[in-house]
Amino acid sequence: MVLTGAEIVIRCLQEEKVEHVFGYPGGAVLFIYDALFQQEQVRHVLVRHEQAAVHAADGYARSTQKVGVALVTSGPGATNAVTGIATAFCDSIPLVIISGQVPTAAIGQDAFQEVDTVGITRPCVKHNFLVKDVRDIAATIKKAFYLARTGRPGPVLVDIPKDVSMHKCEFEYPQEISMRSYNPVVKGHQGQIRKAVQLLLEARRPMIYTGGGVILSDAAEQLTKLTRLLGFPITNTLMGLGGYPASDRQYLGMPGMHGTYEANMAMHYSDVLLAVGARFDDRVIGSPAHFAEEPRKIIHVDIDPSSISKRVKVDVPIVGDVREVLDEMIRQLEAGKARPNAEALAAWWKQVEEWRSRNCMVYKNSDEIIKPQFVVQKLWEVTGGDAIVTSDVGQHQMWASQYYRFDKPRRWLNSGGLGTMGVGMPYAMGAQLANPGATVACVTGEASIQMNIQELSTCKQFRLPIKICNLNNRYLGMVRQWQELFHGGRYSESYMDSLPDFAKLAEAYGHVGIRVDKPADVEPALREAFTKHKNELVFLDFQVDPTENVYPMVQGGKGLTEMILSAEDL
Amino acid sequence: MRHVISLLIENESGALSRVSGLFSARGYNIESLTVAPTEDASMSRMTIVTTGSDDIIEQITKQLNKLVEVVKVVDISEAAHIERELMLIKLRATGKDREEVKRTADIFRARIIDVTEASYVVELTGNQAKLDAFIGAIDNTLILETVRSGICGVGRGDRILKL
Repeated sequence: MVLTGAEIVIRCLQEEKVEHVFGYPGGAVLFIYDALFQQEQVRHVLVRHEQAAVHAADGYARSTQKVGVALVTSGPGATNAVTGIATAFCDSIPLVIISGQVPTAAIGQDAFQEVDTVGITRPCVKHNFLVKDVRDIAATIKKAFYLARTGRPGPVLVDIPKDVSMHKCEFEYPQEISMRSYNPVVKGHQGQIRKAVQLLLEARRPMIYTGGGVILSDAAEQLTKLTRLLGFPITNTLMGLGGYPASDRQYLGMPGMHGTYEANMAMHYSDVLLAVGARFDDRVIGSPAHFAEEPRKIIHVDIDPSSISKRVKVDVPIVGDVREVLDEMIRQLEAGKARPNAEALAAWWKQVEEWRSRNCMVYKNSDEIIKPQFVVQKLWEVTGGDAIVTSDVGQHQMWASQYYRFDKPRRWLNSGGLGTMGVGMPYAMGAQLANPGATVACVTGEASIQMNIQELSTCKQFRLPIKICNLNNRYLGMVRQWQELFHGGRYSESYMDSLPDFAKLAEAYGHVGIRVDKPADVEPALREAFTKHKNELVFLDFQVDPTENVYPMVQGGKGLTEMILSAEDL
Repeated sequence: MRHVISLLIENESGALSRVSGLFSARGYNIESLTVAPTEDASMSRMTIVTTGSDDIIEQITKQLNKLVEVVKVVDISEAAHIERELMLIKLRATGKDREEVKRTADIFRARIIDVTEASYVVELTGNQAKLDAFIGAIDNTLILETVRSGICGVGRGDRILKL
């Protein structure tokens, strides 16, 4: 069948079973939008800014196992998309971004809306392509989806010049794909896995530390099974929340800069550390030199060899898909008779419980002023702990990760790697479209939400009943916290002046807006939002304590055991 | 430590910038980089000379392998190997210098490949040290231009980098 390049693009998306494309039209993608118009299988979601298109596709992908798709025009369309692409790249989220480009003859002529999109995005994509011939479109898009979802996932960009989308050729979607230069490892090395299992069985102070890789490879079930089989304590990173049920006794909370005392102490003083789909990030282990002071054997399971022994030396590296490797570990454990040393484990748990009894997450609640932690706790209660929660970046993000206890994977969506403010609402949009019946809440702050506030309009158009919980403290809270702690209380440009009336603003966009000033009104307001206004977008503007800080805290460059547990430690 | 990394990469436009971009983005050194298609025109072979600790070299090879278009990566300096670099050097050649330059070129088994009344272009192949030695042996004021290719490398004997 002879089709235009634009028609081929849409047919490829149909072949990949893409249901939603997030995008924004423009000159260079007019043919593609015309082809989109003439079919019904692929639904287009018109955002109000290209950054939000990519974030929404990203949220869509994070909340499902599918590849998110965004469509943008050349020039500013592509540059606006860059923050979204980089955000997905840092968290290994599978995306395909299709960008229009000026006609091939105009490339390099400084044409209207021309930028070197492939050049600009090169450092923040898993791979990218410029398609110069209509006959290459189908194979390139096939490759793009394959690259995005296999191995360590990531965003892949396909740049299509306008004339290429207009030219015609015979369409056939390739069924198979093989690339001699790209063959990701799936199964882990048997011998290495055996060595790892042996180490785990001999451990006296074992600890399991898991990250986003567990979520990405859909291995929460395997992780839970293995952890229970071993009886070891476990911690999930910010990216790995929900990988293991947070309400379980073996779970010690999140590690790292704002992690729990017990998780950090157990990480530091363990003699065998099993790291799964995690990368010893600076926000997790603090100073690598301090971390290395305590001798311990490290087993590291990751699909990306370059993540292994990058920041800390690893004793047993296992390259492979997390789920496959965990399955094999479980198989070997169940096949053998050996079990962990019960006596040593009991002594270790006694120590861990002692650390846990410090109750590091306790905060001083108030009858007068709303504490942000209290809002998140109530949100957890009101939603039965089963909402998809997105967040932006800053203090509210940390409180959401600390006080909303995630028992399931793909329930917690946030920008962990790049730390992009403004992702919260678009993530919620993508998640709500992918999970129409789900309860979706966006925990945000008055600064972050304004970075993509225009999407309230998209939410209206597509009737997305997300619940926005704005922890409004009138400050760039995390900046203010660091200024208070490390810059002598000189609050340089961190006060958010001239804020809008968010409740009225939401109403202006056609949504429900509720302002909450008193602690006693928090729960009723949440109940009203999630029951009475179940099918509407509700913007809850909580006026919270502007002086509240996030604790516990490991200062940048310090070690995991050098924690500030509360303001009294300062 | 100095390392010579050889790699096979798909001969696609932009492949070179993916490699050079990786080095600059992650703060690795490039001393020299050469690239040209192989006998199979769909693939290019690159030789990169870099320096770094063992940890850094390990990361460099892992990161290079991660690039989608890279087919194979080998650190050829880990074992016996051969390195060659080509230099074209234009020298002022007048009066008594004419004979002196010719003599020096002969000693180094270099060839004079262009002759004018006032200049020679000398072609010299060898490892970096040999090329450096030639430059050292020539009166500095005679050098008009120097062009060096950067090194090409290959493993000795059975060590073969091929798909």
